[in-house]
Amino acid sequence: MYVIEMKNITKRFSGIVANDDVSLGLNKGEIHALLGENGAGKSTLMSILFGLYKAEEGSIFKDGKSVVIAGPGHATALGIGMVHQHFKLVHNFTVLENIVLGVETTKHGVLQMKTARQKVTELSQKYALEVDLDKEIRHITVGMQQRVEILKMLYRNNEILIFDEPTAVLTPQEIDALIKTMRNMAAEGKSILFITHKLDEIKQAADRCSVLRKGKMIGTVDVAATSKEELSEMMVGRKLSLTLEKQPSKLGETILQVKNLTQKGDGEKNKLTNISFEVKAGEILCIAGIEGNGQTDLVNAITGLSAVTSGEIFISDTNITTAKIRKRGEHGMAHIPEDRHKHGLILDYNLAYNAILQDYHKQPFQKLGFLQKSKIKQYAQKLVDNFDIRSGDGIDSVVRSMSGGNQQKIILARETSASPKLLIAVQPTRGLDVGAIEYIHKQLLAQRDAGKAILLVSLELEEVMNISDRVLVMYEGEIVANVNPQKITFKELGLYMSGAKRENPSKSVEKAVAV
Amino acid sequence: MNKFLKGNGLSILSSVSVVFAGMLLGFIVLFISNAAQAPAAIATILTFGFSSLRNFGDVLYFATPIIMTGLSVGFAYKTGLFNIGASGQFTFGAFVAIYIVINFDFLNPSLRIFVALLAATLAGAIWAAIPGLLKAYRNVHEVISCIMTNYIGMLLVNYLILNTIFDPMRASSQRIPTSTHMPMWGLDYIFADATRASPLNASIFVAVFSALLMYVILERTTFGYELKACGLNKDAAKYAGINENRSIIFSMMISGALAGLGGGMHFLSAAGRTMSVADVLANEGFMGISVSLLGLNHPIGIIFSGVLIAYLQRGGFNIQPLGFAQEIIEIAIAVIIYFCAFVLLVRTQLGNIIAKIYRTISKSEVKKNAT
Repeated sequence: MYVIEMKNITKRFSGIVANDDVSLGLNKGEIHALLGENGAGKSTLMSILFGLYKAEEGSIFKDGKSVVIAGPGHATALGIGMVHQHFKLVHNFTVLENIVLGVETTKHGVLQMKTARQKVTELSQKYALEVDLDKEIRHITVGMQQRVEILKMLYRNNEILIFDEPTAVLTPQEIDALIKTMRNMAAEGKSILFITHKLDEIKQAADRCSVLRKGKMIGTVDVAATSKEELSEMMVGRKLSLTLEKQPSKLGETILQVKNLTQKGDGEKNKLTNISFEVKAGEILCIAGIEGNGQTDLVNAITGLSAVTSGEIFISDTNITTAKIRKRGEHGMAHIPEDRHKHGLILDYNLAYNAILQDYHKQPFQKLGFLQKSKIKQYAQKLVDNFDIRSGDGIDSVVRSMSGGNQQKIILARETSASPKLLIAVQPTRGLDVGAIEYIHKQLLAQRDAGKAILLVSLELEEVMNISDRVLVMYEGEIVANVNPQKITFKELGLYMSGAKRENPSKSVEKAVAV
Repeated sequence: MNKFLKGNGLSILSSVSVVFAGMLLGFIVLFISNAAQAPAAIATILTFGFSSLRNFGDVLYFATPIIMTGLSVGFAYKTGLFNIGASGQFTFGAFVAIYIVINFDFLNPSLRIFVALLAATLAGAIWAAIPGLLKAYRNVHEVISCIMTNYIGMLLVNYLILNTIFDPMRASSQRIPTSTHMPMWGLDYIFADATRASPLNASIFVAVFSALLMYVILERTTFGYELKACGLNKDAAKYAGINENRSIIFSMMISGALAGLGGGMHFLSAAGRTMSVADVLANEGFMGISVSLLGLNHPIGIIFSGVLIAYLQRGGFNIQPLGFAQEIIEIAIAVIIYFCAFVLLVRTQLGNIIAKIYRTISKSEVKKNAT
C-alpha cells in the first residue's frame, strides 16, 4: 500500500491542461524523484498534494483512505510538508521563531520557547542539520535557510516531505549534504518526493523516478535500472545530446575591459571589490558563483543600471564608466538581463513594441517623433520569423500572455539583431525548458563564432562547464578564481564558489591574457 | 463578436453596468428620503438634461471642466502616476487666467484670453511639476505630495486673491470684463431657449481637441511610447535607455497643464464666475478622478463619462424644487459616482464570466460534433 497515492489527477488553468490524468504512488521510506522540464506540471502536481490547488478530476489516497486536501493547513495535519523553491521564511525572525511559527506552544497566551528549543535541537542533531537557532534568517546562508525549512517539516512531524527543486540554490558540497540528509530521513521511515530536472541528482538520491511531460505521466521507473540517457529521453520525448558541439574559440581583440572596479554597499561591506578582467572577441567568459555574490551588481555596473564607486570600464578603448545606458548600447553593448520581467520586457506592450525597446527613437521606427507602425511591424515580423517566436496573436500579442521561452526569445532576438560587439547574458536559460535551453546555448555559441565577445553569468554549473571558454568565480563581491572549464572539476569549482578555496586572481588574469 | 467582447465592447459594457447599478442604489437613497416625490425626482434626473437644448448646453458646459480634469488624471494614470492634485492645478490655472484678463488691459481682449489660457496651462504644469520633481529625485509618492500641493495651492490662491483681485463686496475675486469671456462661436444660438442661452462656449471644443491630442501623443508618438513605458515598467524603461526621471516630470506637467487649462477656461465663461475666498478645495479636481476611472482612462471614454456625470449632476440640481435637501441629492449622485469606481473590478469579472460562457459553448459544440 502506498502512503500517498494520487489517481487520475487533472488540473486545468484557463485553457492549459497542467496535469492530464496523472497517477503517482509513493512508498513508505522511499525517495521518489519527479522529473520533467519546466512547465511539465511537476510543481502543479505537488501543489495539489499540498493543498494549494484543487484538482478538477481525480482523487488522493493517504494510507489507502481517500482524502480531500482543503489547504496547506490540512495537508500539514495529514503529515504532508513541503519545501518550496522560494523559501517561505520570515526574514527578521530567528531560526527558532521561524521553525515554530504557526504551531507555537503557549501557556496562557505566553510563548513557551524552551520546550520548542529542546525539540528542535534534538531534531537537528538526529538528522545532522546544523543551524544557528538564534540568528535571524536574513543573516544566514541559503543552505542554512533550507535546513531551517527541513526542520520546519520535521518539527511538525511530517511523514511525507516534498522538495521543490531544492538544489537550485546550493553549491555541489551543499547538494551532497542535502542528499545525505534526505537518505537519513528516508531511512527513518519518512517518504520523500523530490522535484528536479537534474539527472545526476536523481541517480545519486532517488529510488524511483516518475517522469512528467507536457502534463502527462510518461512512467515511473526504477532509478538503478535506468540510464541517464533513458531518463532524458523520457523527459524530453526525443534523443538529446547531453553535451554541446563546440568549435575551439578563435580569440580576437579585447572588447570589454574592467579595471579595479569597486562598488560600496549600504553597510561596511563592499558589493564589489577591486574587480578586473577582460573579454575578447570570440570568447565566452562565464561568471560563476552562488546567487547573491555580486554577479548582479557587477552586471549592473557594466551595463550602467547602477553607478560604480571607483574603477573603469572600457569597450574597445572607449571609457564608458559613466556613460548613459543608451550610449553604451551605441558602443556595441547588448544585454540579456537577469530578470526578463523586471528589466527585459514591458509585459503590457505587445511583441512589436518590445522588439524596438531600445531602438524606438531611431530611423526608420520613428519620423518627426511619430512611431512608424508599419516599419515596426515589419521589423518585428522579421524577428519572429528568424527566431521562431511563437505566440497567440503574432506580433500583436501582449507579451504577458506569452510563454517564458518565447519571451526570452524576443529578448535574444532583439539583443543579437542589433549586431553588438559585446553580449552580456545573465542567466539566459533560467526557467526555460530543455528545448529552449538548447536553442539559446546554440545561439550564444553562434554569436561567439561570429566574433562577438560574450559575458555570461550563470548559476547552473552544467551550463558553466559546457558552454564557456573561461570561467571566473565570484565570491562575496570578489573574483576568487580564473579557470579553464576543461581543466577543472565540479567539486573544485564548488570549493571556489563556497569561498573554501581561492587562487590569486591577479596573477591568473595575467596568465589568461598571455594565453 | 468574441473579439469585440474582449476589447472595447467589454469596456463599454462594464461602464454601462456600473452606471446602472449606481443609479439603482442612488434611487434607493431618494426613496428612503422622500418616497412620495422619489419617482418624479428620478424622472427629472433621467430626463432633465435632454428636456431642452439650453439644459443640454448646461450639461455640456458643466462637463467641460471635469472632462479637462478627467483627462488630467487619465493622462497621469496611463503613464503610471496617480495625479490626485488636479484640484490644486485647476485652482492655480483659474487664478492666473482671472488675474491676467483683469490686469493685462494693454492687450486687446482676444489676445488677452489667449495669453490668459496659455498662462493657466503653464501654471497648472508648474504646480504639477513639484510632485513630479519630488517623485523623480526624492522618491516621494505623488499621492502624498499632490494632496499637500492641493492645500498649498488653494490657500496660496486665496492669499493672492485677497492681495490682488479681491472684491470685498462679494468676498471673492473681481468679476472679469465681459469682453474677455470665452468666445461662444454661435453655441449660444443653438443651446438656448426663450428666456436665456446656456453659457456653453468654445472651451468644449478645446476639451475635445485636448482628448484627441492626448490620444495621439500616447498612442502615436515616441514621446508617448517613452511615457507609457515608464508607467508600465520603470526598470525596463531605464534598461532601454529612457530617462525615467525626465519622463515622470513631463507626465506630471502635461497632466497638470490639462487641469490648469480647464480651470482657466471655466472661470472665463459668460456665466460670470468668480473665485470665492473660502478654505474649500476645488471639487472639479476630484470629479476628474471619477470621470477618468469611469472612462477607463481612455481619452474618448473620458469625454463621454464627463458628459454623463455632468448630466446626472444637472438633473440632481433640478430636483431641489421637489423638496429634496441638497445633501440628499449629493449623496444620491455620489453613490452613483462611487459605484463608477468599481468599473475595473466589474470589467475583470465580466471578462471572466464571458470567457466561461464561451468555454461552455465551445465545449458543448465539441461534444455535439463528437456525437
